[in-house]
Amino acid sequence: MLKHFFLIFLFSTSVQAQSLPEGLGSTIEENFSDFESESPFVFNGFIDGRAGMRTQDQAYQRDVSILETRLHTDVEYEGRSFTGRISADFIYDDISKDENQDFETGKGWMDLREAFVSFRPFDFADVKIGRQILTWGLGDLVFINDLFPKDWNAFFIGRSEDYLKAPSDATKLSLFSDLANLDVTYMARHDASRYIDGSRLSFFNPSVMSPMSEFDPAIDAMERNAFFTEDEVALRLYRSFGSTELALYYFDGYWKTPEGQSAIGVAYFPELTVYGASARIPFFKGILSLEMGYYDSSESNDGLNPLVRNSEYRYLIGYEQELFSNFTANVQYYVEQMDDYDVYLNTLPVGMPIRDEFRELLTLRLTYMLMDQKLILSLFNYYSPTDQDGYVRPKVSYKATDAMLFEVGANIFWGEEDRLSTGIDQQTTFFGQFEDNTNVFVGARYTF
Amino acid sequence: MKKILFPILMGLSFSVFAMNANEIVSKAEQASYYQGQDGRAKVTMNISDGRSRQFVILRKNFGKDQKFYVYFQRPSDVRKMSFLIHKYMQKEDDRWMFLPALDLVKRIAAGDKRTSFAGSHFYYEDVSGRDPKEDKHELVDTTDDFYVIKSTPKKSGSAEFAYYKTWIHKGTFIPTKASYYKKGDKEYRQYEALKVQKLDGFQTVTEAVMRDLESGGETKLSYNEVKYNMGLEDNLFTERYLKNPPKQYLK
Repeated sequence: MLKHFFLIFLFSTSVQAQSLPEGLGSTIEENFSDFESESPFVFNGFIDGRAGMRTQDQAYQRDVSILETRLHTDVEYEGRSFTGRISADFIYDDISKDENQDFETGKGWMDLREAFVSFRPFDFADVKIGRQILTWGLGDLVFINDLFPKDWNAFFIGRSEDYLKAPSDATKLSLFSDLANLDVTYMARHDASRYIDGSRLSFFNPSVMSPMSEFDPAIDAMERNAFFTEDEVALRLYRSFGSTELALYYFDGYWKTPEGQSAIGVAYFPELTVYGASARIPFFKGILSLEMGYYDSSESNDGLNPLVRNSEYRYLIGYEQELFSNFTANVQYYVEQMDDYDVYLNTLPVGMPIRDEFRELLTLRLTYMLMDQKLILSLFNYYSPTDQDGYVRPKVSYKATDAMLFEVGANIFWGEEDRLSTGIDQQTTFFGQFEDNTNVFVGARYTF
Repeated sequence: MKKILFPILMGLSFSVFAMNANEIVSKAEQASYYQGQDGRAKVTMNISDGRSRQFVILRKNFGKDQKFYVYFQRPSDVRKMSFLIHKYMQKEDDRWMFLPALDLVKRIAAGDKRTSFAGSHFYYEDVSGRDPKEDKHELVDTTDDFYVIKSTPKKSGSAEFAYYKTWIHKGTFIPTKASYYKKGDKEYRQYEALKVQKLDGFQTVTEAVMRDLESGGETKLSYNEVKYNMGLEDNLFTERYLKNPPKQYLK
């Protein structure tokens, strides 16, 4: 019996190997009809719930770091002559629930992320007008020539990485030619980053020489919202030579975070012009990225004005490679070099913590995909050898189905303390100042 | 006379009537990956665990080099993600990925091509084609319908298989089945073409399956809306179209 069964099995597999697939060798010509005309409107979105806790008790912040549910909706119109898109988040945020609705900072019950039309007026030009997410430059979670707004609060409290990019209200004209391509982005008024103002994350405020938290009045920087006078422009000229990609950048506008203080002590966004360049090249078994920029902070008056951040040079070198199957590593070395450092030292008010001339930053990203890419283990680590501080972002993501995603992660800040002139020991460095915000979070997302 | 003629005829018949393994493999490669000057297909992948993917793939030949544009339509969390692959014979491929939520064009390091394509049982290399020069090919069997080719990596350890066998249809040179073996002749992975259609004059596999014989999982793949020689412009395969998909070829 068993022998017979075995024979049948053998026979069936050999038939399978020999049989012809349906239609093979047929001479009948077939044709697919053109795609069925679908509705030009597309509706998509997700529901995302997140909860997180600070891992240490402290007097001046709540224990809960994130507790929110958001409904993200995308409505898109894809017509023959133009595309339009509105995407908005409707949010129940337990921590910021008392905030007034603000479409610039995204505070309140709704965050309008995109609202634009895009079209192609000529073969060589694309235009996109309205609220949009803009990105360029080569850094991985480090930015030099990308002077579009960021949302650092979202990044540090454990929202998904997409939310690090805050929207711009812009007109983007892209021109294409064989010689080079040019992107021209015009913001009719200053688009600030969603900076750390103390309302979600405590930080060190050098002007009062103490940490600021959600129980203090938030930093309320003077906004630059005069249309067409407080405007910004960002340019990118780029082309490829074989596998090498080169780009030149120019930005004229204002610092994205309040890097200046008026004489009466009000934070504001000083003028900023940036010149930059980048190159991306296949190298060894991976991709090498090089980027630099000069930040011309003219209101610092060559360092003579201590109330405005000095001009600086920024450099980045990065390398990414798949080390073994499904395991990718990315390392970056980044430097900020303060211009007019001697002048800075001379004009720095007595008692203020002194910044280094060079701020160096090393980053490491590790990504490991398992279980047919359903399980993703990732780690992003910032470490500054000059500031002696760092920030670690471990995360585990599991895609149970195409629609359902679960995440667990943490945001771990650390830094060495300085003895302030007030006699208090306090972290004053970029990541160190957030040490008491170290948090863990869980999230779930259903996509439809 | 007879004695001399016989070996000469033998030699003749061998060179005229029988193809060697490399020629067969080269014709099969042509039939699988290079049909026409360019082509488009709407691809659906159904993975046995319930997941599915749908994307449009555009391809254009530049001699033996090729450029691919892949635009994802489903599932909705990867909707509008697009990939660009410049495949070269002489060097590593260039690959880019566009993440719409971040407006980010990311360059992807050329990695292991024998890892899952979009989480399916197909490998990246199954989609874009494995370079025949990577393997040593032997014709191990000839049946009425098929050439059976055994391919062994020239550099042992460069792939996860010890060797694989391909059943190549004699009339069309379409590989209708491929079996991958580990050491000890253990078959662990199997490709099978399920349906072939003649489209725009080209014999085209429109349904296929990749089986993982160890886990029992499989991915079924179907090609729809296949068109050849559409006259795709060179500049479709640039960053511009990563960000702004060419609607006329996707709809």
